[in-house]
Amino acid sequence: MSKVLIYGEIKSGKLKKSAFELASEARRIADAVGGEVGAVLIGADAAAFAADLGKYGVDKVFQVEGAALENYNSEYYAQAMAGLIKDKNAEIVLFSHSMQGKDLAPRTAAKLGTAVIADCVSFRLDGGTLVGKRPMYAGKCFSEWSATGTPQIASARPNVLETVEVPKAGAVEKITVEIDSSRLTYTTKDLNLDTSGKVDLTEAEIIVSGGRGMGGNDYSLLEEMVSILGPTATIGASRAAVDAGWRVHSDQVGQTGKTVTPNLYIACGISGSIQHLAGMGSSKVIVAINKDTEAPIFTKADYGIVGDLFKIVPEFNKELKSLLSE
Amino acid sequence: MKSLVCLKQVPDTETQIKVAADGSGIVTDGIKYVINPYDEFSVEEALRIKEKLKAGDVTIVGIGPDRVVEAIRTALAMGADKGVHVNDNAVNQADPYCIAQTLAGVAKQLEFDIIFCGHRAIDDDLGETGAILAELLQIPQITLVTKLEVAADRKSVTCERDVEGGKEVVESPLPCVVTSQKGLNEPRYASLPGIMKAKKKPVDKKTTADLGISIEPKLKCSSFSMPPERKAGQKFEGMEPADVAKTVAGLLRSEAKVI
Ligand SMILES: Cc1cc2nc3c(=O)[nH]c(=O)nc-3n(C[C@H](O)[C@H](O)[C@H](O)COP(=O)(O)OP(=O)(O)OC[C@H]3O[C@@H](n4cnc5c(N)ncnc54)[C@H](O)[C@@H]3O)c2cc1C
Ligand SMILES: Nc1ncnc2c1ncn2[C@@H]1O[C@H](COP(=O)(O)O)[C@@H](O)[C@H]1O
Repeated sequence: MSKVLIYGEIKSGKLKKSAFELASEARRIADAVGGEVGAVLIGADAAAFAADLGKYGVDKVFQVEGAALENYNSEYYAQAMAGLIKDKNAEIVLFSHSMQGKDLAPRTAAKLGTAVIADCVSFRLDGGTLVGKRPMYAGKCFSEWSATGTPQIASARPNVLETVEVPKAGAVEKITVEIDSSRLTYTTKDLNLDTSGKVDLTEAEIIVSGGRGMGGNDYSLLEEMVSILGPTATIGASRAAVDAGWRVHSDQVGQTGKTVTPNLYIACGISGSIQHLAGMGSSKVIVAINKDTEAPIFTKADYGIVGDLFKIVPEFNKELKSLLSE
Repeated sequence: MKSLVCLKQVPDTETQIKVAADGSGIVTDGIKYVINPYDEFSVEEALRIKEKLKAGDVTIVGIGPDRVVEAIRTALAMGADKGVHVNDNAVNQADPYCIAQTLAGVAKQLEFDIIFCGHRAIDDDLGETGAILAELLQIPQITLVTKLEVAADRKSVTCERDVEGGKEVVESPLPCVVTSQKGLNEPRYASLPGIMKAKKKPVDKKTTADLGISIEPKLKCSSFSMPPERKAGQKFEGMEPADVAKTVAGLLRSEAKVI
């Protein structure tokens, strides 16, 4: 009996950190409703990850294999997930609201006649019912959502839920599934992945963001800061910078870009429009560097530096370098 | 090629959202509504396909109260051919499963080669209607699309889509559901003649009964709240760059503990 299932996402042969966040949350939920936590890993050698997942409260790891499952495909993966959810009588299922989760969770839910409580930042139980709290309007407000039936399927925003170690068995069960490949789907022709290991904006712990104040596409000052801050840091941008062609669309933070919640957001030459603030306003700590003392970003910044970013950032980089080498 | 574009009307991104005192929802007084920005990309892409192939038509499907007609008319003014407006209290505020069920109901009454949704509506931010719709119609979904090419035989599409840390190129048979992502195109503005013409284009009114579907909510939403108010912290002005850099970097370590 597995009451709570999580989908563990594997990227370039590694289990993503979000799997441990989901495992920890699932453990808390399972303990409250009296059930087990199962983790589904598709197409991967689960044995390699079972011990790690066990550490974060997973009782059982389901290693799912099948003919069409070597590479991610929404239809086939959703068939596998929906089948397993039924077989295991899972009552609560958690996905990550990652790029893949956004594609997979709703298709899986639809196969089971329901929808996803998407992009939750926290969960609570009301009796046996899962209640997910989620931002709306890119974080301008929050609301609580629950499902009217079973299974209750939700996705969690990456990087928000805490990981908690609660050692469990993490036993592995191999499951071979039959995929109905008569159901039409797309075929992948090409996959161009950035192999630099750059962390995705939505999962970054530190974001160094540049706006119109950058004055052009030379982001080397910010790139230097990112490399000093380490592999959990990455670059973001305002829409003004993206529309000017200085940065790619996937770097855009805001209401029509990405909503981010890093531990540290450093806004350089960004005024703080309502659409931009919506996307980064829940960052734990905000630093703003702007030469206009009236810029709205200063009303939200924990540390506001009034000045020319081209003078401040080089000094800031020097300080960070010496601090982090200590 | 016959395109269906699912279009949601949402509050303008400039809107300051306020939660009603009892937490039952947001205060809607004075909100200015616009087409969901991702749905504008969809309208534009559908129009470009029609223009390029010099064949087919573009139908706009919108669900919601009376005001939604304005959004449909705007899309017609951009160049779409006709609209379907589902206005029914059972679905005007429904969850994405019920919305997808309704959209599927409309699609089944029409002919289509491709259906466009936005990858997410910027009000509820759920981002799941497109995938649910594709599943209900048992056709492929291609989400987060930034480039689209219809094959010469018009039986398939090749799309570039965003995946984590990169791009994927996929080929899908038609019909399929595509969800639009920023980067797909630059939507045009409605021209004055376009606005005049739009007034005469047909907009069919439908209810769920007309579509022969019954709606059973799958998700419930309640207890709206505002995010914790963020206050301005310390501001450093008129300091030498080296001094302010040292001070703030030090605070990030000792006080904020984030580096
Ligand atoms: C439908 C819609 C959706 C939108 N969605 C988004 C979104 O998702 N994300 C988003 O960011 N925006 C979005 N916008 C755009 C938004 O309204 C603003 O136009 C945009 O955020 C401004 O970007 P910015 O702060 O970089 O530029 P500006 O507002 O021009 O600000 C530039 C800032 O840089 C400062 N500066 C200039 N030079 C220097 C220097 N040398 N040193 C220090 N500071 C300097 C200036 O004082 C100024 O404050 C959207 C708009 C619409 C209409
Ligand atoms: N009320 C609606 N009417 C028409 N299309 C909708 C409606 N709600 C959602 N959609 C479509 O589904 C997309 C994603 O919405 P959502 O899943 O709510 O984020 C939107 O961009 C629209 O294309």
